[in-house]
Amino acid sequence: MKVRVLFFASVADAAGTRSLDAELGNRATVADLRRKLEKDRPRLAGRLGKCAAAVNTVVVSPARALADGDEVAFLPPVSGGAE
Amino acid sequence: MTKVGPGRISLESAVRRVGDNGSGGIAVFLGVVRDNDRGRRVSAIEYHAYPEMARAVLDRIEKDLRKRFPLGGVVLEHRTGRLKIGEASVIVAVSAPHRAEAFEACREGIERIKAELPVWKKEFGPGGVLWKEEQDLRRAKRRTVGASR
Repeated sequence: MKVRVLFFASVADAAGTRSLDAELGNRATVADLRRKLEKDRPRLAGRLGKCAAAVNTVVVSPARALADGDEVAFLPPVSGGAE
Repeated sequence: MTKVGPGRISLESAVRRVGDNGSGGIAVFLGVVRDNDRGRRVSAIEYHAYPEMARAVLDRIEKDLRKRFPLGGVVLEHRTGRLKIGEASVIVAVSAPHRAEAFEACREGIERIKAELPVWKKEFGPGGVLWKEEQDLRRAKRRTVGASR
């Protein structure tokens, strides 16, 4: 199956792109996708783990199974915080 | 009423849009770009959003606020793109029958936007260009290292 992957902010800089298509085996999860991306793009290593993941704009857990055509976004911590 | 995009935020327009004959008070929070961040000089900030998700998050915050408070009008907007010092990046405006609900709903609205909205800041200054979340991660690391000593 194929999923659309979106990167933002410092993670997009590290990935060298804001989006890409990833080919995955059936029943792959968000965690599987993360491992594959970190292997393919070493500059992402250690960064995706600090991101929340959203599938089709809804935040999900790493165990979430993916489906063909899903849009998976890796979201760095948002800037708001305690200010 | 929610919006995420490059359009300028208008205080006057927001106040007009939340106006409601049954409401006796309007509370507004306007977030503006300041010229410093924890000791660093800042000359401009670029806001990058995941627009589709940001719109969905703002709509959910409006829905939740309306459930919790007897609101007349609600305006939640976040601007994207490069902003100068003093320009408004975010506005929360609500109208309610009385001031207590108006203040409380406004406060809750901005706190949730700060915590949940997928929008990231790139800060420009004499020291260079930095993504805000990277500075925060570095600071957190320093704190952790300091604490383990």
